[in-house]
Amino acid sequence: MNFLPIHPPWSGRHIPRTLYVCVIAAVILFVFSCPSAMAARIGEISETNIGDQVYRFFTLQDPSVRYTIAGCILLGTCCGMLGSFIVVRKMALMGDALSHAVLPGVALGFLWTMEKNPLYIFVGATIAGLIGTATVSAIKRTTRLKEDTALGIVLASFYAVGICLLTYIQHLPTGNKSGIDKFLFGQAAAMGREDLILMAVVCVICLVMVYLFYKELLALSFDTAFARSLGLNVDLLHHMLMLLLSFAVVISLKAVGVVLVSAMLITPAATAYLLTERLSRMIGIAIVVGMVSGIAGAFFSFLGNNLPTGPFIVLAASLFFVGAFLFAPKHGVILRWWRTLNRRKRTIRENMLKSIYHVLEQRGFDAEGVSTRELAEQRRETVEDVEGTLRELNSHSLITRHEDGNITIFTPDGWQRAATIVRNHRLWELYLTNEASIAADHVHDDAEIIEHVLGEETVMELQKRLDYANLDPHGKHIPTREDIEQRGRHQKPGTLTSGYGGQV
Amino acid sequence: MATPLEIHDLTVSYDKKPVIWGVDLAVPEGKLVGIIGPNGAGKSTLIKAIMGHIPLSSGWVKIFGKPYSENRTRVGYVPQRESVDWDFPVTVMDVVLMGRYGRLGLFKRPKKSDREIARECLDKVKMLPFANRQIANLSGGQQQRVFLARALAQESDIYLMDEPFAGVDAATESAIVTLLQELKNRGKTLLVVHHDLSTAPGYFDMLLLLNMRVVAFGPTEQVFNAELLQKTYGGRLTILADVAEKIKQQR
Repeated sequence: MNFLPIHPPWSGRHIPRTLYVCVIAAVILFVFSCPSAMAARIGEISETNIGDQVYRFFTLQDPSVRYTIAGCILLGTCCGMLGSFIVVRKMALMGDALSHAVLPGVALGFLWTMEKNPLYIFVGATIAGLIGTATVSAIKRTTRLKEDTALGIVLASFYAVGICLLTYIQHLPTGNKSGIDKFLFGQAAAMGREDLILMAVVCVICLVMVYLFYKELLALSFDTAFARSLGLNVDLLHHMLMLLLSFAVVISLKAVGVVLVSAMLITPAATAYLLTERLSRMIGIAIVVGMVSGIAGAFFSFLGNNLPTGPFIVLAASLFFVGAFLFAPKHGVILRWWRTLNRRKRTIRENMLKSIYHVLEQRGFDAEGVSTRELAEQRRETVEDVEGTLRELNSHSLITRHEDGNITIFTPDGWQRAATIVRNHRLWELYLTNEASIAADHVHDDAEIIEHVLGEETVMELQKRLDYANLDPHGKHIPTREDIEQRGRHQKPGTLTSGYGGQV
Repeated sequence: MATPLEIHDLTVSYDKKPVIWGVDLAVPEGKLVGIIGPNGAGKSTLIKAIMGHIPLSSGWVKIFGKPYSENRTRVGYVPQRESVDWDFPVTVMDVVLMGRYGRLGLFKRPKKSDREIARECLDKVKMLPFANRQIANLSGGQQQRVFLARALAQESDIYLMDEPFAGVDAATESAIVTLLQELKNRGKTLLVVHHDLSTAPGYFDMLLLLNMRVVAFGPTEQVFNAELLQKTYGGRLTILADVAEKIKQQR
């Protein structure tokens, strides 16, 4: 297999992909090298208890368990990889339509030979899937209908044909038709050796094709017009991707079922989309999520004594998605919520620091300490509320509290923070009135928000623009760098440099 | 030396409805050409037709004397910024490297030298610090610079740019103008779709006034006059548009 990495397309590094290919190869080898006669069929072990079941599953004693796990790994790989492309190309519904459209093909593949030959079913299903996608394009091209409508029509009508054909097959007098209904909801345990060989072949084909054409698929997915200008045959590439996609759908049918297979295309890829910012890594993560979901689904189906596998696999994938949705490092809901909460708390702290500054300023900085009552009056809050925030400030070492907590004094850090906020506020007010021509009585509310987010660089820019002015639009002193850094709270702001007394 | 871009009797239709009619054009080398005209005049269509993205109803296009398909590495393309999804999971570097794909050919991955070129191009548009960032969260101007860097990485002789000035900040606009001038001074030929009449005479050596057909093509000082602009923008070509509509309905 010399398609192996020079630059692995989905990691940017060498090890993970090589490792991954080895795992796949090992799984395939392991499964096929084991004699299949040595253990009982799953149906015969239904009596044992859960502990034994778990043990059986993880020791891979049964060939059927091995088949199931290998099958789920293969389908997770295929679906995760190809699903990534349809998710970034905003074609997720195409996967849905495709998976439903293959059903008549499954039935016809069966009717062709009147037995469940995986190869015939595979060919039939793939052809049906391609006819489905072609129909979608045809409807889109020749009518004014848009893609979503075309997909809806094709999805439902093909599925209906498939159901009719399956029902017809169920009523046929001939023999070997049991299990054909498993295609609806999936039964991983029904996978046989031939199924697995087919899956392995298809999976390798998909991997090789995506590896070879990764660059082209990336260009096609990101910017079709540009890809075309480079001379890429974008239509051919698109159809190749559709063909691989129908391959992935068809080999997943037996394990996941027609109804849910599109979830295996979309959910792992969507999970990965939330977790990374590069397509190559997205594909890698989607593959892992797909594989693990597959194994988890197979496990629960095994525990529950051959429950349909599809729903369990999809549930596992959905759990991964929920996890990514909540905990993704950049866009996860929880972390976003946590950051918002922290910001809000910081704003409350900073507003209280500002109030302390204001009280001191009103008294012309004649004393260091501020009483809790004064603060409550200044902020028009109850003493209890002020008390709570002060405790918070104290725990952040921004203030110290004296005389049984009645008198509050800035620590050097607290002073710096307070003076900075006041400076930001007044600077911004001045900027809005001077440069943006906004009336002086309209600028306060805006500055209340901006003061907490102004960075040092912006402040320097502002000071330069405002010619280092030291009076805000309301005639109050804007703390200077020296004021902020003086640390000793005994000095009146403004008296160090210009000799200006900063009172109202 | 063959003409960089020669177009003869080019007619293009969307949905059987003609959008540009009988365009004849020969762009000399080393010129910065602005394509201006009202909405729906077929400016983007002309660019796409040159690259063969849309089937031609009639006529031909030659790039340095050969069909586009034989000379496509000599053409660089900057599509409209809105044409792609800027949430797409790629880095700035990945996008610029796409400019190298045309020279790499099938199956080959970008080499170190390609990355080096991509870095240089990013540096030219002052986007090197963003190389490893995802393209989401870039401002409009930064997005446009990334697209320009990608086109630079193509190292072409003709550049076709579709509204590179649309929705960019003033700093980016002047940076783009400088870049275009520099490319021109290096002997490149540039065709730029432009929508701002007030800046057009300052930016371009030559102008192509387009409104479904070529109204005028020539040095800016000769064609940028009230009469020709009136012909391009004013007096809607109602009859031509009506006939086009009729042709569509008859199919």
